[in-house]
Amino acid sequence: MRRSRFPFIMTGVVLVFFYLPILILVVDSFNSSRFGGAWRGFSLRWYARLFREPAIWESARNTLFIALLVTFASLVLGTTSALALHRFSRSRLQRFHYTLVYTPLVVPEILMGISLLMAFVACGIRLGMLTIILAHVTFCVSYVALTVLGRLQDFDFTIVEAARDLGASSWMAARRVLLPMLAPGLAAAGLIAFTLSVDDFVITFFVAGPGATTLPIRVYSMIKHGATPLINALSTLLLALTFTMVLISQRLSESGALKSRTAEQT
Amino acid sequence: MKRHRERGQEVLLTLPSFLWLALFFLVPTALVFVLALRPADPFGGIGRGWTLATIRALADPQYLAIAWRTLWVSFTATAICMLLAVPTGYAVARASARRRNLLLMLVIVPFWTSFLIRVFAWKSILHPEGIIKKALVFLGLVDANASLLYNLGAVILVTVYTFLPFAILPIFAAAEKFDYRLIEAARDLGARPFEAFRRVFLPGVRQGLVTAVLVVFIPALGSYVVPDIVGGTGSELLGNKIAQRVFVDRNLPLAGGLSIVLILAVLAPLLAVLALQRKAGKAVPGDGQGRP
Repeated sequence: MRRSRFPFIMTGVVLVFFYLPILILVVDSFNSSRFGGAWRGFSLRWYARLFREPAIWESARNTLFIALLVTFASLVLGTTSALALHRFSRSRLQRFHYTLVYTPLVVPEILMGISLLMAFVACGIRLGMLTIILAHVTFCVSYVALTVLGRLQDFDFTIVEAARDLGASSWMAARRVLLPMLAPGLAAAGLIAFTLSVDDFVITFFVAGPGATTLPIRVYSMIKHGATPLINALSTLLLALTFTMVLISQRLSESGALKSRTAEQT
Repeated sequence: MKRHRERGQEVLLTLPSFLWLALFFLVPTALVFVLALRPADPFGGIGRGWTLATIRALADPQYLAIAWRTLWVSFTATAICMLLAVPTGYAVARASARRRNLLLMLVIVPFWTSFLIRVFAWKSILHPEGIIKKALVFLGLVDANASLLYNLGAVILVTVYTFLPFAILPIFAAAEKFDYRLIEAARDLGARPFEAFRRVFLPGVRQGLVTAVLVVFIPALGSYVVPDIVGGTGSELLGNKIAQRVFVDRNLPLAGGLSIVLILAVLAPLLAVLALQRKAGKAVPGDGQGRP
């Protein structure tokens, strides 16, 4: 039977639609012209300018600092949450817990931004790095918890039981058996949390206050004030970083699948 | 004794995330409803006492028009996303294993790419000096003075662009599990290709379709960055108004009131889906996926 070619043609169109704007942006970052659209020769001048903008690097440093703290905190909170959701899945507390973990994912970002802003203002907490970190952990926990929960559901818990039967304490079994086997899942969840934190604009914009600037906030004000060629160069650098991270995460999930497969065989 | 310890362990594992989300998600969301009834203070804070000023301000017909526009833009963007995502999800699911991995990765990369950058990329190509404008003028399709930016069309286009990967992934996940022999059977029984697609494939991936609609429609309702960057004054959405009340007028209670409108708009489709699924769940006992 002949299959319709239409879906495959459509997929091609969609991929062109996805990548054409990004490609144009990357090409333009090497364009000597101030405006895109007309090619005035290859140049690295925008990259050179970029390295002379201390404000950008300061916001990049803030972003990195926030993202590292947020990744760590949300990994701890999200993993304990996933363990509870998995082990006690039938309890009523966990049903409520699951709703609480799941709901932030379906709430539009702006609602989380405004509600946190109002809460911080009402409690008299000064807006700045601290409020950004608190907000980021809040939306990262759910992603981490559900990613780890997904891994736990494929996990063979008889191995942990075997460790317990062989005399390991529950702490020992968790640390020596569960954690190492869960490591690829944790890495994937951490990567998601890190990316979300680095990339978040809307919620950060609401809770940042005047003092603390992250990279997305800097990029936004550059877009608003028309520093076009500089954003092209910065975006290209960030895109290169993203591609690398996606490749790494792909490798991690592949090796994770491999590990659990070999674990099954032994 | 053992049950007692189990219970203790459960509480210990649940408490950290539960407390965190209660404190920084549940309470602030509830607080919005309370603080909307407070007066604004002139320094951008929240005053003391109670007032109905916010509710009175919300009665302004401009907000109704903006709420309606927000619904319309979200609906249109979702419809276009679905038209593109269904064939793409199907094609990715049916590709050979090696090509499928490559295609999947190509769909996922934009998903990981900075949201602001993707919006900005469109701003610069729709720009009067940008490549698309020049191409369209060259082809005589667009007047040299026409603006491709700062209108509703641009907002819908870029919303589709940013949310399309989110729509493709759940459809792909459902299409991957679909048993394609059912389509062959339908064809053998005389169904034309499109009929088999519509009456066998679409109901089979219903769960994926519902998820795809929700993950586009709900964030689109709260859209703020896209209309702010590629939209104009005539294409402001609820999200823009909330941000304006916060950053321009510094009237937090009114911003809170507008967010309540948004919360209600978000809850409506969610509750509708839940109600429909409950009904469907009763019709087909034991199978939450609704697969035949």
